[in-house]
Order: sequence, then C-alpha cells, then structure tokens
Amino acid sequence: MSRQSFSAMALIRRGLAGHLGWQKQWRKANPKAAYDAVIVGGGGHGLGTAYYLAKEHGLTNIAVLEKGWVGGGNTGRNTTIIRSNYLFNESAALYDHSLKMWGSLSQVLNYNVMFSPRGVMMLAHTVHDIQVAKRHIHANRCNGVDNEWLEPEQAREFCPLLNISENIRYPVLGAALQRRGGTARHDAVAWGYARAADALGVDIIENCEVTAIKRGAGGAVEALETTRGPIRTARIGVSAAGNTSVVLALAGVKLPLESYPLQALVSEPVKPIFPCVVMSNTIHAYVSQSDKGELVIGAGTDAYTSYTQRGALHINNHTLDAICELFPNFRRMRMLRNWGGIVDVTPDRSPIIAKTPVPGLYVNCGWGTGGFKATPGAAHVFAWTIANDKPHRINAPFTIERFRDGFLIDEAAAAAVAH
Amino acid sequence: MLLIVCPYCGKRPEIEFTHGGQAHLVRPANQSQLDDQTWADFLYMRTNTKGVYAERWRHAHGCGRFFNAVRDTTTDHFIATYKSGTSYKSVTSGTAGDAP
Repeated sequence: MSRQSFSAMALIRRGLAGHLGWQKQWRKANPKAAYDAVIVGGGGHGLGTAYYLAKEHGLTNIAVLEKGWVGGGNTGRNTTIIRSNYLFNESAALYDHSLKMWGSLSQVLNYNVMFSPRGVMMLAHTVHDIQVAKRHIHANRCNGVDNEWLEPEQAREFCPLLNISENIRYPVLGAALQRRGGTARHDAVAWGYARAADALGVDIIENCEVTAIKRGAGGAVEALETTRGPIRTARIGVSAAGNTSVVLALAGVKLPLESYPLQALVSEPVKPIFPCVVMSNTIHAYVSQSDKGELVIGAGTDAYTSYTQRGALHINNHTLDAICELFPNFRRMRMLRNWGGIVDVTPDRSPIIAKTPVPGLYVNCGWGTGGFKATPGAAHVFAWTIANDKPHRINAPFTIERFRDGFLIDEAAAAAVAH
Repeated sequence: MLLIVCPYCGKRPEIEFTHGGQAHLVRPANQSQLDDQTWADFLYMRTNTKGVYAERWRHAHGCGRFFNAVRDTTTDHFIATYKSGTSYKSVTSGTAGDAP
C-alpha cells in the first residue's frame, strides 16, 4: 500500500481538513500459512530487525509476532537513556554503531523519534568511581567515542540543579560526560519501525504468542505453533527480552540468562528544568526530563528473578533517596506512576546477538538493563545475521559460545555495578 | 516487598535477605576431566524458569544462613522455604512441576 509521508506540509493540509484523512500507521495483519522469516517479539528490537530485513536484505515476506501489543514490553517501559561510552572495544563498536544510527533515525523512518542528544552525565562519588570513569574515558577516546571528565563545578555548570556539596552521604567528586548521548521517545521508536516495516510489506501480528517451535529431521526449524495457528518458516529471530529463555526453551536451547524486574517511575509534569541525563551507578539513580515535563527516573533491578513485571517499593525508595540528595529541588515533587519490566541479564552484562545451536534459529537477547539505546544498531546487525546466516563483524563477538570459550565481554566487572 | 519465611528465624521482610540464584545446582565431579561446555553449563546456564522455581536465599541481616525456597516466578508467591540439604521433591511432594 502507498504510505502517507509525514511533513510540515502534510500536517497543515490534514489539519485544514480536520485531521480526518490520516491513514492507520500499520495494517492489522492476520498470520499467513508461511513466511520466509519470522521475528518473535514486537518491541523496538524485533520491529527494527524486520524493518532492516525488508529494507536492506529484500526479505519482505516476513512477519513479526507479538504476544501482547506493539511496544508494550520493555520498549514502552524503559527510561530511554542513549549512550555508547562502554569500556571494551567490542561494546564500544556495537553501542556506537547504534548511537550513530540514532542521529538520522527520524529522517530514515520518516517518523519523529524525538532523539535528543542532550548529554549523559555519569557521576563519580568515590575514588574508585573516579578511576573507573577515567579509565572509561581513555578507553572510549581510543575507540573514537566521545567522553570527557568534568570536575564537580563543571558538572554543576552542565546540570545546574546538581548538589555538589561535600556534606552529603555520597558527594559528587566529578563526572564523565558523553555529549552525544541523550534520550529518545520510546513509543515512537516502536511505532516508527512498525510503520516503516509495514510499508515494506512486513506483517505485524499482535496478540499472537508462540507456543511451540517445530524442528525437522536435520534439527533445523520448520514451523511455529502460535495462539493464532501454525506458521511455517525456515528462519526464526527471537527478540523477546525477559521472555527469551521461555521462547528458546521451546526449541531446547538453554541460555545463560536470568530475568529480573527493573523498575522506573515518573513524576508529575513540570516546566523544563532539567537539561540533560544524569546517572549514578554507585547510588542507583538515573534521571532525565521528558518533553512532556515528567521527571523520568530509573532504579536498579530487584534482587530476585521474576516474570511479574512489578517490583518492590523499597527499590524505588532507595533511588528516590539518592535523587533527593543529589537534587534537593525535587524533594517536594510528587511521583505519578511506577512500573516494572522484565530484563534478561547475562553473566557479563553484555548482550547475545547470535546464531543458536539450532539451524535457522537466531537470538538477540541479554540486554539486561540497557537495551533501548542499542535498538537501531542491534536490530541492524541482527537482521544482517539472519539474512546471511552468519554474524555481522560488529556482533561476531556477542555469541552464546563466549561463555564456554572464555571470551566474556565483561561490562559487569567494568562498571563494577549494574548499569 | 516480599515476606520471606526463613526456616531458622521465621517471617522476615525481603530487605533482610540476599538472593542466591538457582538452587540445587551440583558442582560437577572430576573437574580436571570436564570439557568446557559442561563447565560453562554449571557456571552460567540457568533454567530461568517462568513458573515454579527453586532458588537460594541468604538471611544476610539475620542468622546469616543460606536456605532454599520454592517460588512461582509468575506471581512471586512462595510455595515453601526449607533448609539446605533437604530435597526438592520432599518439599513439593512432586506436585510443583519438574525438578529445577
């Protein structure tokens, strides 16, 4: 079908006509009997993968299966922080690939994802934090990733609300700033990819849960059973975040993953007051302000594995303690909503974007607490992997076998905390 | 916040505990003869069960001891907590699905 293009002119024209002429953003597709490839999981990663498969690899007879609704999982639940200042070469290549794609994503998709490179500032509170931050800065510089050290006064200059008093429990001793980092509108990322993929012929099928994966005599995948009937396909790409272990178990594949609740919360909306993103790994607080005016606040994961999409209040309380000390102006603000998502965490806190031991079955998982930032880059290389049946240069190190062979990409140890 | 029954101390709030991951993982014998995959399976591979799951907890800010629990990860409801060394089957009487 031909697709209406979004532009200022189109907005004026439709506006004068009472906004009655807008098309649906994507079709409500019903599952066909067979596809060339099927993506399981209709979040940003899955929809993006389908888009790049269609756009760059000419695979248009494909479907995205989503058990709930598009963007209703972690894509719609995260705190939208985008950065690429990871320590190891492999991570820097992957995350910076993604960060570069964010810059032009709105134009590429003809959909405003509201990417805002407003700067991500990561605070240091201890001597150890300072050493870790500076090590990251130097490693990033060697990899062509911008990251710079700020003294406390410079940090306050960049974020005027920041309390740099020496008399707080965890005083700010400095910060690492990635100016190219920022935020984007999470829902728009899912919707933009869904719309663009649909325009290329991809079927986006909601309320369709995979219940079985059928394998042929040689072990390769042959078909899926779903709540909306069987689908034949020789290639399956799984982007199911917290539920990846469950989907892969259908094909008998075990993964080094554990699923934890991760919570976030937003305040009442206020006028623009907070110009950047501030993160503190040490005291587990992440905050930015959305264009709607809400403070968007992220906490650490809950202590235990769970699939409940909720967590305990003491985790949020702990984060708000930190926020209130770092930003005393926020003490009287009311929090509006809090929620949880389920994140799949690997032992080294780096993702898996790889072939599985089952021919025709591919997986993009293990993003833990930070998968949103990687949406375009991960989807791009995952599509490449599915189309070519071998990993792209950038995701080649992010295998399942790295845990067997001892090639961990240990961002967990590099950050020394959850990140 | 979860209310957890420590088999030694009784009901206590979650903040007194640390989570110890999947329970009943047995360290393989003959480690010098193991192949890499078996060792990696022991170190890293987890069932990550959606449903009834056996896990370890430690009453870190109480008696300090490890114990096991059976919990439904779709509801966070605890089915049982029991002392380390007790078998999974004897606790769930085989009604709680497959062994972990």
